[in-house]
Order: sequence, then C-alpha cells, then structure tokens
Amino acid sequence: MVRKTHVATTINGEPVEFLCEARQSLLEVLRETLGLTGSKEGCNNGNCGACTVLLDGQPVDSCLVLAVEVEGAQITTIEGLSKDSRLHPIQQCFLEDAALQCGICTPGFIMSAKALLDRDPNPSEHAIRFQLAGNLCRCTGYDKIIRAVQDSAKRMAGQNK
Amino acid sequence: MTPKSERKKYKVIGTRPIRHDGADKVTGRAVYGADLRLAGIVHGKILRSPHAHAKVKSIDTSAAEKHPGVLAVVTRADMPNLKNKIADLGEGSVNLAHLGANVLAHDKVLYKGHAVAALAAVNPHVAEEALKLIKVDYEVLPSVTWVMDAMQDDAPLLHNDVFTKSMGKRASKPSNVPTHIHFEKGNIEEGFQAADVIVEREFKTASVHQGYIEPHVSTALWNQDGHVTVWTSTQGAFTARAQTAELLQIPVSQVTVVPCEIGGGFGGKIAVYLEPVAALLSRKCGRPVKMVMTREDVFEGTGPTPGSFMRVKLGATKDGKLVAGEAWLAYDAGAFPGGVIGPGAMCVFSCYELPHAKVDGYDVLDNKPKTQAYRAPGATQAAFACETVIDELAEKLKIDPLEFRLKNAAKEGTRRVDGPVYPRVGLVETLEAAKNSPHWKSKLEGKHRGRGIASGYWFNIGLKSSVAANVNNDGTVSLIEGSTDIGGTRTSIAMQFAETLGITAEAVHPRVGDTDSVGYTDVTGGSRTTFATGLAAHEVALDIQRQMRERAAILWECEASQVQVEDGAYCHKDKKLTFAELAGQLGHTGGPVVGRATVSPEGASNGFGTHLVDVEVDPDTAKVTILRYTAIQDAGRAIHPSYVEGQMQGGAVQGIGWALNEEYVYSDQGRMENASYLDYRMPTALDVPAIETIIVEVPNPAHPYGVRGVGETPIVAPPAAIANAIYAATGVRMTELPMSPPRLWAAMSTGKKS
Ligand code: FES
Ligand code: FES
Repeated sequence: MVRKTHVATTINGEPVEFLCEARQSLLEVLRETLGLTGSKEGCNNGNCGACTVLLDGQPVDSCLVLAVEVEGAQITTIEGLSKDSRLHPIQQCFLEDAALQCGICTPGFIMSAKALLDRDPNPSEHAIRFQLAGNLCRCTGYDKIIRAVQDSAKRMAGQNK
Repeated sequence: MTPKSERKKYKVIGTRPIRHDGADKVTGRAVYGADLRLAGIVHGKILRSPHAHAKVKSIDTSAAEKHPGVLAVVTRADMPNLKNKIADLGEGSVNLAHLGANVLAHDKVLYKGHAVAALAAVNPHVAEEALKLIKVDYEVLPSVTWVMDAMQDDAPLLHNDVFTKSMGKRASKPSNVPTHIHFEKGNIEEGFQAADVIVEREFKTASVHQGYIEPHVSTALWNQDGHVTVWTSTQGAFTARAQTAELLQIPVSQVTVVPCEIGGGFGGKIAVYLEPVAALLSRKCGRPVKMVMTREDVFEGTGPTPGSFMRVKLGATKDGKLVAGEAWLAYDAGAFPGGVIGPGAMCVFSCYELPHAKVDGYDVLDNKPKTQAYRAPGATQAAFACETVIDELAEKLKIDPLEFRLKNAAKEGTRRVDGPVYPRVGLVETLEAAKNSPHWKSKLEGKHRGRGIASGYWFNIGLKSSVAANVNNDGTVSLIEGSTDIGGTRTSIAMQFAETLGITAEAVHPRVGDTDSVGYTDVTGGSRTTFATGLAAHEVALDIQRQMRERAAILWECEASQVQVEDGAYCHKDKKLTFAELAGQLGHTGGPVVGRATVSPEGASNGFGTHLVDVEVDPDTAKVTILRYTAIQDAGRAIHPSYVEGQMQGGAVQGIGWALNEEYVYSDQGRMENASYLDYRMPTALDVPAIETIIVEVPNPAHPYGVRGVGETPIVAPPAAIANAIYAATGVRMTELPMSPPRLWAAMSTGKKS
C-alpha cells in the first residue's frame, strides 16, 4: 500500500478532508474520491480545459494540480456554482444561447468564463476568445459559447446594479 | 427561407426552447460514461503495440497476474475465434473477425497503438504499473502509412487473406486493396470531347481525428447469472450490443447496453473498442470493470478518418456548362478493410449536373488505426478536390464562381453518378442565399486577403428508429427514445412530438432508453436522428392522439370519429377538453395511454450547403487567418434553429481545423508523432471568428415537417472554400491538406502558381 497524505481544504465553501496518494491529481480526487464528477477529463495533461476549477479564484486545469497541493486552499468546482436552487447567470445563459451540444466541455468553459467575468466584468469578444482559448470544444465551433459569455456579462452587470 | 405563412403554421417547430437535459449538463450532474460509480468497481487498462507492424510471437502475462492489486488479465486467447462474418452497423458494415482482431490483436499488430492485452486492477495507477510487466515478443515488420505507397506491388502486406474485389471479381493474389469501386454515367470520352476547357489536378489529404473531447469509456459487469451489462459512451446502444454479443459469441439477449451521456462522437463512437474487453475482464474477476482511454489511446487506437490521394478532372463548354467529370480516389482504410471510400465516391460530384462522369475508388489498407466515419465520412476529402477544380474552371472561363455553381447545380431530377435521382433538393437555394448574403455583398479589401466559396453535400440516411410514450395524468408525456443524444436531439425529437400532439415542448419529458427499454434503434449518425427518430416521434403522437379521441368518445358517448382535434384540444359539438384535462380522466376511461412507433424510412434526404470565407495570409509566415465565415445550409426544416446553427458552426470549425492544421504526423517507423491535443492542434476559440449562419428551408418531401438532417454537410465545404480563398489571396493553388504554414509557405515561395 502506498502511504496516503491527509489534506484539509475548502471546496465550494465547505471544509473537506481527504486522503490521497502523492501521485494523484486534484481532478482524480475530486472525481474518484469525493464524487464530484462535474469536472471532466479530456486529456489529463493540461491541453483541453475540461477539468477547469477555480483554485483561490484562479482558473486551473485540475489535472495538472497535485491533490496534496491544495491544503488550505479555496476550491470552486462546477457543482458549487448554482446557489439557492438557482442557476448561476453563466449557466443560465449557456442554456438560453444553446452554447452546448454534447456538454462534456461545458463545466470547464463555465468555470473559465466565471474566472474571466470575476476579473473583467465587461470583456471584449477578443478578450473572451483569448481567455477561453485553453478550453477545447469540438462540437459548437465556439460561436454560441462566446455569445453566452457576452450575455452572461450583461446579465451579471444587471444583477450587480 | 420559410415563408411567413408556413412558420405560423407551427407552434413548437422553429422555436428555441431550453433543452431538456440542459440543467444537468451545466451543473455537472449529467452522468457521462466516466462518471459512472458502481459498488466494487475496478479499473481496466490496455497494453498497446509500440510498433506499426509486427508479428506477435508470444505474450507472457504471468508477472502481471502476480502483481498485487491485479485482478484479471486477458489477451486474444480469451476471445472466441471469430469467422469472417459481416455485421450491419447502420452507417456501414463490419467484418466481425476484423473487428475482433482490432479489439485485441491476433497474431499480428497492424498499427502503433493496436491493443494487445488488457488487465483489471484495484485502481488505474496499479493497472498502469502492471501493464509494464506484460512481456510481448514482437518480430517487427516493415510498415506503410501513405495510401499510394500501400498500393504498390512491393508494399508490406497487411493481411494475406485480403484479395481485391473489383466489379464483382476477386483477384487471385492478396493485396492491400480490398475493394475497387467504379461508377459511370453517360460516355466519358464523348463528354470530354465536348469540353472547351478541361482542368485536372491531383490532391492529397492527411488523416485527421474526430477529436471528441470525451475519451472512449466503457464499464462492463458480467454478472454471476451470466448476464452482461455494459455502460458506455456510444453513438448507438443497439449496435454496441450487437457487436459486443457477436464478439463474445453470446446471444444479444444476454447483453444490455446502457448508453451514458456521450461527450461527442462524430462517427468515431460506433465501432466498439473497450466494451468486449471490459466484459471479458469482468467475467474473470466477477466485478464491474471500468475502462477509460487516455487521450493518447484515443489518437493512436481509434478513429481516424482516411488520408487520401485523389485525381479530379472536369470539363466545361465556353458558355460555362459542365460536360464531363472523372475522379480517381484512393482512401486509406487503416488496418482493416472497410474505410469510407464508398461515400467518397458517391459524393465527389454530388453537387453538379454532370451528363458524363466516371469515378474509380480504392479502399486501401495501411498501418494506421482502422479508419472510422467522421462527419460526412469521405465527402470532405472528395469535395476538397472537386470544389477546387470547379473554382479553377470558373476562373479559366472568366465566370464568377458562384454563378458557375448556380449554372451547373444539381437539382430535382439530377442523377448522382452512383445512380440515385434527386427528389426536391435545395442546393440552388443555398447558392441564391449565398449570393444575397451580407457576406457575399460586402467588399473585401486589404492586401493578402481573399474570398472563397465552396458547396458541400451529404446524403443523410434514414434507417430504423423506435420511440415509445406514456401519457401522465397531468397532461405531460414521457418519451423514450432509442437514439443517443449527442447534440440536443432529445429536444428536437420531443419538439416534433409536441407539435403533432398540440402540447408544449416543456410538457414532453424525453429520455434515452437502454437496449431493454425501447425498440431497436440505429446509431445517432448519418444526420438521421432528428429526421428518422423525429418521424417516429411524430407517429407516436398520432398513435396517442387516436387513443385520446377514443377516450374522449367514451366520456361523451359518441364515436371516436366524431371527436375533432383542434389546436391540441379534443372537441365534440359544444364539448371541449384540453389534452391535459383529458389526460386527467384516463383513469376512469380505460387506464393508461401508451403510444409507440417504429420507422425505417428508405432513401436519403440530401443535405446541401454553401460556405463563404474570407482569409488573410501572412506573407512572411504563411499563417492563414479566417477573417469572416458564413455557412449556408438547406435544413429542410429547422426544428430548433439554435441547434441547427450549432451544427453548422461546429461542422464549419471542424472543417477549418482539417483545412489548416490537423493531421496525423508519422515517423518513418509508422508511429504517430503528435498524439496529444497540444501537438494535434484543433481550433480554439481564438483561432476562429464568429461563424455566421443562414438556414435555408426547402422541405424534404419524405418527412411530415420537411426535416432533412443537418449534422454532417457543414464539414464538407470548408477545406475547399478556404483553399479557394487562399488562392484569391496569394495566387497559389493548394492541393494538399492541411494547408498549414510550412506547406503553404513552401508553395508560396516556390511560386506554385497555376
Ligand atoms: S483534462 Fe485537464 S486539461 Fe484536459
Ligand atoms: S459541446 Fe461537445 S465538446 Fe463542447
């Protein structure tokens, strides 16, 4: 048996403790140990963005983060986005704008979009495309995803008034 | 475009409701294959060949079996011996002996990445460690990965039991060319004699991968009672069941396939890879075995679509009438016979009225993974060749390329080279829409910029679909469909059902059934799902409507024939009940109402599209930037316009990737050298502009709402449209895909002008 390490962290606002092997990625622990399967694995080497989560507010490919590194960190995953049984505006806009087809890339895109809009509430189309360039989608051609992020920005601005 | 009056006819069709599975997919709750969790689950991994071509002399698994945490090991010795038997998979057929040898190699490995052995262990890490303990003794053989090399007499032979079949005859000596197909119409010599201008060019395209973001994943449980359950990511649960049962040599009744949510397929998730292997491992260890491919496995062991060599010759008269066309197409099939040369040959001249035509097509074996369908399989390569020659002909004739296409466009009554005569089709309408589009009317200014146009075609198939429905007493209906939903078809099917029954899309609860809960349904592929399964849903609605009239007749003590249906409500004289009101009374009028339908529509529904693109070519680096892109397509009828646009945009961007970057790069030893997303560079959001769409609706006469299917056509035109735009920008005719900077730069600097 490989010796496991104890990690205490915060996921979606709740304190969480787990045991992991040094070689396990955050993605593997989220999915396999904690049952948070909303973060997806498309490549396991940082190329597709399907596993994007927020680590202390920054978007990261969770397949490239070792689980032992998240001691004391604040993690937000797709499961933590909707509050009080209401979808987050980005989630709602993805639905209204038909910004998903198969949906496997969707959690990653939504997390990357959230990181962008948290930092820049009114990004240009170019800034959106730049920020989302680390997330691959093979189905949509990106067009409706970009519209959904633009609409999310408008809707979030409206809510913050 | 749809006349206003027709649009008004419909209440649900043409609207944009939120998809039924949407909330699950934006919250991360939807269960994809890899998200499945079962008690006692263990993890399987596959050992793959490091060689492109080798004899497998022996496999020693003893050390792996003893490794702590390993629960089962399998090799080909655990698979039943399969005879050559052809199984129909809907969008193509497969020889089971070949399928079996692809799933686990027999006496030879035929490509790098070919599965050789598999094992199951307590976790994926232990499984990976243990793979290293399996010893395989290979005798490396010479390999070949380029289609024209593989056709040579002295090429390394992949199979010694494959003989060329040509025009019903079988050759006497084995070869790498399983099939030669030949289509002809008119008299080709006469046709070219009548031509004033003839253009003939040769083209090459590299293999590309479907690129779905979700890797293949399957979990199997071979239960102690002998029943096998497979949870998998597949385009067709029933075809996965058939293949799994055949490969394991057990009856289909002993296998249940549960289709999980699927993260993209594009044709690459029809053939089984993992399902039978996971089942064999499960039989050995008595626990559910989950197998997930790595991205490298996906590139090296699945897909891709054929690389090709093509020669296309077209002739036209001075006044711009096409008179003759000849095509010679060689597509690689990869390691086993049965690539997509058939549809390539059918589609090459499909956009034109050609009085005289001849097409020869060759299916060619080489040391690549067995090629699979990829969105309009075979048509994109062929269109790249044909549409580039069309552009050059138009230029030589000094006719605008759009007008030249309009003048020669296939229409109702045109006979395709392989036989079928088109019913009402919409190519002309897409060209007219292109001509009237803001894009075509806009001026393109600036240096190193050019505009291109190309048309594309896919025939769209029918095949078998089943749908069942249960009326709930609150007026909603649960709809069970046999089609797996890859891009929103739950909703496009439910909308047709709702329209026919006169209820809202939201009142329908669609779900995808497993192979024990719904009738046989073919794969989600061939652009057939909204068309054929939609047709089945329409018929279920009619079935339910008939039963509801009978129920109303019981309440009102009249004949069912006297009950009218108006706007979804049931009426007789001054009595009227809405669907929901009547549904509330089913309990005391005879009990539940259940509807069902199966369909098997014949023929094709013929989808045409025309794409416009503006590019800028960097003169120093030869990097091509897409400035503006418009996709125009005849959808027949757009059930949910957003998802129709989405198909057009997604297909266009896949086509852009195919045109500009994507390719399998092979080493001299036949190894793929770029088996990661980083090196196999698919388009990102930053690589493409907005994709404008224009939906044209020329209703399909063979569907009650006119649906044609839309998924595949949009990938066909982009490479040719971009090549034509590059020509307009640089004066260089590109005849090779991808038109990546090194290739384009070489062409530009040698001044390969036409
Ligand atoms: S799975 Fe992490 S980037 Fe692809
Ligand atoms: S919706 Fe399928 S990969 Fe993005």
